[in-house]
Amino acid sequence: MDTSALKKELVELVEAANDMATLETVRVTALGKKGRITDLMKTLGAMSPDDRKTAGAELNLLKDEIAGLIDKQAFQLKSQEMDARLAQETLDVTLSTRPHRKGTIHPTSQTMEELVTIFADMGFSVAEGPDLEDDFHNFTALNFPLGHPAREMHDTFYLPNDERKEGEAQKKLLRTHTSTVQIRYMLEKKPPIKIICMGRVYRSDYDITHTPVFHQMEGLVIDKATHMGHLKGCLMDFVRSYFEIDDLPVRFRPSFFPFTEPSAEMDIGCSRKDGGLKIGSGDSWLEILGCGMVHPNVIRNCGLDPEEYQGFAFGMGIERIAMLKYGIPDLRTFFESDTRWLSHYGFDPLNRPNRATK
Amino acid sequence: MKFTIDWLKEYLETTATLNEIVTKLTEVGLEVEEVEDRATLFAPFKVAEVLEADPHPDADRLKVCQVRTEDGVVQVVCGAPNARKGMKAVFAPSGTYIPGLDVTLKKSKIRGQESNGMMVSEREMCLGEDHNGIIDLPEDIAIGTPLAEIYGLNDPVIEINVTPNRPDCAGIRGIARDLAAVGLGTLKPLPTQKIEGKFTSKPNVTLHFDDANKEACPLFMGRLIKGIKNGQSPEWLQQKLKAIGLRPISTLVDITNYFCIGLSRPLHVFDADKFSGDIQIRLSKKGETLDALNDKSYTLEDGMIVVCDDSGVLGLGGIVGGTATGCEENTTNVYLECAYFDPIKIARTGRDLQITSDARYRFERGIDPAFTVDAIELATQMILDLCGGEAGTVIKAGDIPACTKTYAYNPLKYKKLMGDDVEENEQKRILESLGFTVSAEWTVTTPPWRPDIFGDVDLIEEIARIRGYDAIPVISVTKEGAVAKSAETSRGEKARKARAYLATAGLQECVTWSFMAEDLAHKFGANDRQQAARLKLLNPISSELSQMRPSILPNLIEAACRNADRGHANAALFEVGPVFFGADIQEQPIVACGIRTGELNPKHWSSAETSRSVDVYDAKADVLRTIEACGGPSGNLQVSRDAPHYYHPGRSGSLRLGTNVVAYFGELHPALLGDMKMSDAVVGFELFLENLPEQKKKGTALSLVDLPQFQPISRDFAFLADSGVEADSFVRAITSVDRTLVTKVEIFDIYTGKGIDTGKKSVAISVTLQPRDHTLTEAEIDGISQKIIAVVEQKTGASLRG
Repeated sequence: MDTSALKKELVELVEAANDMATLETVRVTALGKKGRITDLMKTLGAMSPDDRKTAGAELNLLKDEIAGLIDKQAFQLKSQEMDARLAQETLDVTLSTRPHRKGTIHPTSQTMEELVTIFADMGFSVAEGPDLEDDFHNFTALNFPLGHPAREMHDTFYLPNDERKEGEAQKKLLRTHTSTVQIRYMLEKKPPIKIICMGRVYRSDYDITHTPVFHQMEGLVIDKATHMGHLKGCLMDFVRSYFEIDDLPVRFRPSFFPFTEPSAEMDIGCSRKDGGLKIGSGDSWLEILGCGMVHPNVIRNCGLDPEEYQGFAFGMGIERIAMLKYGIPDLRTFFESDTRWLSHYGFDPLNRPNRATK
Repeated sequence: MKFTIDWLKEYLETTATLNEIVTKLTEVGLEVEEVEDRATLFAPFKVAEVLEADPHPDADRLKVCQVRTEDGVVQVVCGAPNARKGMKAVFAPSGTYIPGLDVTLKKSKIRGQESNGMMVSEREMCLGEDHNGIIDLPEDIAIGTPLAEIYGLNDPVIEINVTPNRPDCAGIRGIARDLAAVGLGTLKPLPTQKIEGKFTSKPNVTLHFDDANKEACPLFMGRLIKGIKNGQSPEWLQQKLKAIGLRPISTLVDITNYFCIGLSRPLHVFDADKFSGDIQIRLSKKGETLDALNDKSYTLEDGMIVVCDDSGVLGLGGIVGGTATGCEENTTNVYLECAYFDPIKIARTGRDLQITSDARYRFERGIDPAFTVDAIELATQMILDLCGGEAGTVIKAGDIPACTKTYAYNPLKYKKLMGDDVEENEQKRILESLGFTVSAEWTVTTPPWRPDIFGDVDLIEEIARIRGYDAIPVISVTKEGAVAKSAETSRGEKARKARAYLATAGLQECVTWSFMAEDLAHKFGANDRQQAARLKLLNPISSELSQMRPSILPNLIEAACRNADRGHANAALFEVGPVFFGADIQEQPIVACGIRTGELNPKHWSSAETSRSVDVYDAKADVLRTIEACGGPSGNLQVSRDAPHYYHPGRSGSLRLGTNVVAYFGELHPALLGDMKMSDAVVGFELFLENLPEQKKKGTALSLVDLPQFQPISRDFAFLADSGVEADSFVRAITSVDRTLVTKVEIFDIYTGKGIDTGKKSVAISVTLQPRDHTLTEAEIDGISQKIIAVVEQKTGASLRG
């Protein structure tokens, strides 16, 4: 059987097919149920066994050859089609992405969360108290004598007396410090006590370095054995962790607060060269917080026996330590809600404070 | 409190350096705020002689001078008109910092002539205003004499911060006592000689206080000194006062200042010839007046301590004297007052009348009452020494009040409170060095100049600060167990999660005031939900900050307005903080409040929809997802149309759990936004974090996951309904058909317009069915679909669209 003419014809057909649909028609023409090669295959039955053998082998060879050619052509056509599609689909990838608004966490909140992570690691838990307080919790219980200047109208915001209450609970005010929470906690819970509390405090002051609202953090430890050495250790560990400076120089100076005795102020080392402030090194000191052993009168005012219980307390301004750590120059800007400031000094919500991670 | 080293050494025998003194002051609790050491600052400035002063060849007003300094002859170009051959001037070599010019000198050429350094004027040294020429010194001053020595500036000035509990250190001698206790020398005694009166002093003094006010002035001593000569005080006294910033006035006044600063003992001097009758000390009556020595006039209230005579009020005891009896240049008879006044009354009067004076500063902190007796003798002696004259007898009204206290002290307590072992003898030594007396049985008596000591912890502090806080050990505070426990409260947890979600959703966190203008508060619900009258500050900083906030929304809207005014519109802001409904503890809830304004996003090539205006559904999404982030049941909330009046009534809602309002959301009322000058749309929400149910913790395990084996199928329906039928009624109707099978109902299209009658809308709904135990047959699906159609038609009055 001479298949060379057929082969030539089929090969030309395959090669001429320049899209997949034509190639499919060629495939059917050559190899389909009624295709040219199939038709020839059908004639094999009528042949002698010898002729059948030779012709069968020849036809199978042709069939494989044409099938191979079709596959090859198909592959090429698909590549061409893909190339054409890709070329047609090309976009300008320098265009901007669809907008995604990015929010921020306020530096005050970020700092408060940082404080929780550090003090939780020392075994403290968080306590809370109201902003709107009374004379007893804000002053009297904290050993502020009557006539103390902090009690005056020009320092403390007062609200109308609450005639439904008795005595000092009548005199309503906005807390001037978070130390009020010490009192509430001690009145409610039995020692051992180991708490921090944070929140808004209020003072009637508004100038370049004061705002009528700011945030404070307070710490309190009360048990039977905590002494001033623990206070020093706790606060040194704290400032070194918070400022992320392992060898931050620290100094404690005697000071005075009505609610602690002995009292101290804590300074950290810094340099003030060329008008800049750099924490951690240099020959200058920067006051960072006030602290001391809880005054026996305060312990007594909370219904505990100061001969049995003792401990320490400390307090600091949250905006102040945020300004120092993050180099934010102006306290008032914390409260101005300027979106440019918030974008610049605010924190990524995915970057939550965690001492274990970087 | 300012003092000089020279003045300190009047009371302290010491060889300590300035540095040692400064370091120890801070260590004992007298924090050094500033040290002004002009001897060091002025060290390069020394006397030189001008050998030649020739005219500058190329400049009319300049001279080329040859100047002999300690280190040889140098050429200096000088512009001073008084520069002349043979004069003694003050020379600063190249490289010197000139304080008044704020420059450091460089070797230079001025119009071609070399100049090495300069000769300075007083103004260039910040020593005065004189700039008519360079400092011109007497000829006999040796070349090389330091400027500081000539001007008496060798004495460093130290400024310390005296804490309010240390009135003793409001006098330099008290500071000296602390320094002696800490080992920097010895406190010099203050020998007092009683001066016999040559005549009976007049006027007499009587105290007029009822029993309730006896403490106001327990002791008043007076003495007449006749025949004195007032005038300029001696140079040494003027120099002392000037160095710490006090202006010398006259010998008598300078003496009172000297006692006040040096010994914390305020005195007063009257011109004795100006009295009318005897002196009475009493409490003032409202309306009495005083022309005071500070050139101001005061109208007094009831209950201020006043020194009077027959003519009326002569002075406010312990605060300020009056002009009527003030001493003057020609005063010849002086009446010296040395008294003790009650700190609380002094403080109150000073504050009420807004008078600050060195006397008030000391009396209100509590000076040494016992020293009154010696002080009048010491002051008399000084007046006699500096002004001459003869002293009369001491007139004494009242007596020294009780001013020492005795406490039992257990030296073992020191270690318990401070963690530091200090031997009993050392504790005793320190207390005695500060003036305490310590008995063999450890009863400790306070000195009269320490009104701040009230018990054993105060004594411990005295010992600790003299030892220095560095001696206290450093011990870390550790948690129980190795792993930290969660520290936050449930409220704190919700606030933290709300913040994290809202910031992730593109809002910026703000912190705004807790108060606002009263009328704004009223626009935002002060009347409905606040006990407004209880929440109005009695003493606000301004009327803009006078009412506790009933809502955070107005603060955020105002902030968005401010940002828009700066050219940054479309702010999305939130705050998590307190609002105030009443003055009780449970009436100050924490609210997460957010707003979006203007366009949701900036314009973008991808779609016009990107920059669409914010709408109520943005606020609803924000609040629902925040609730979810806080672990709240966002799926179980009922939506009702009863948000407060500051929201748009048609585009707002409340989210409730039962009767509890969890949140409000919606567009803000357009009229209110107009009032607030906000031209962009504002949507917002208020989420009451405490009204979210507490998570009941039953172990850490979660409920088992439900993974049905059969594929969910979905069917779409379109209904024609009255336009007022709310989406929620479709959802509730369809869900009620089969609560296990129907797992999701989503409205995916709402259409009004062509083909739909007015007052109607077409609502297209996709319902997802989740078979549980077998694949649903077409017949079953049809059955459910029919039920859905029937229930929707029945509950909403809608009909299936053909």
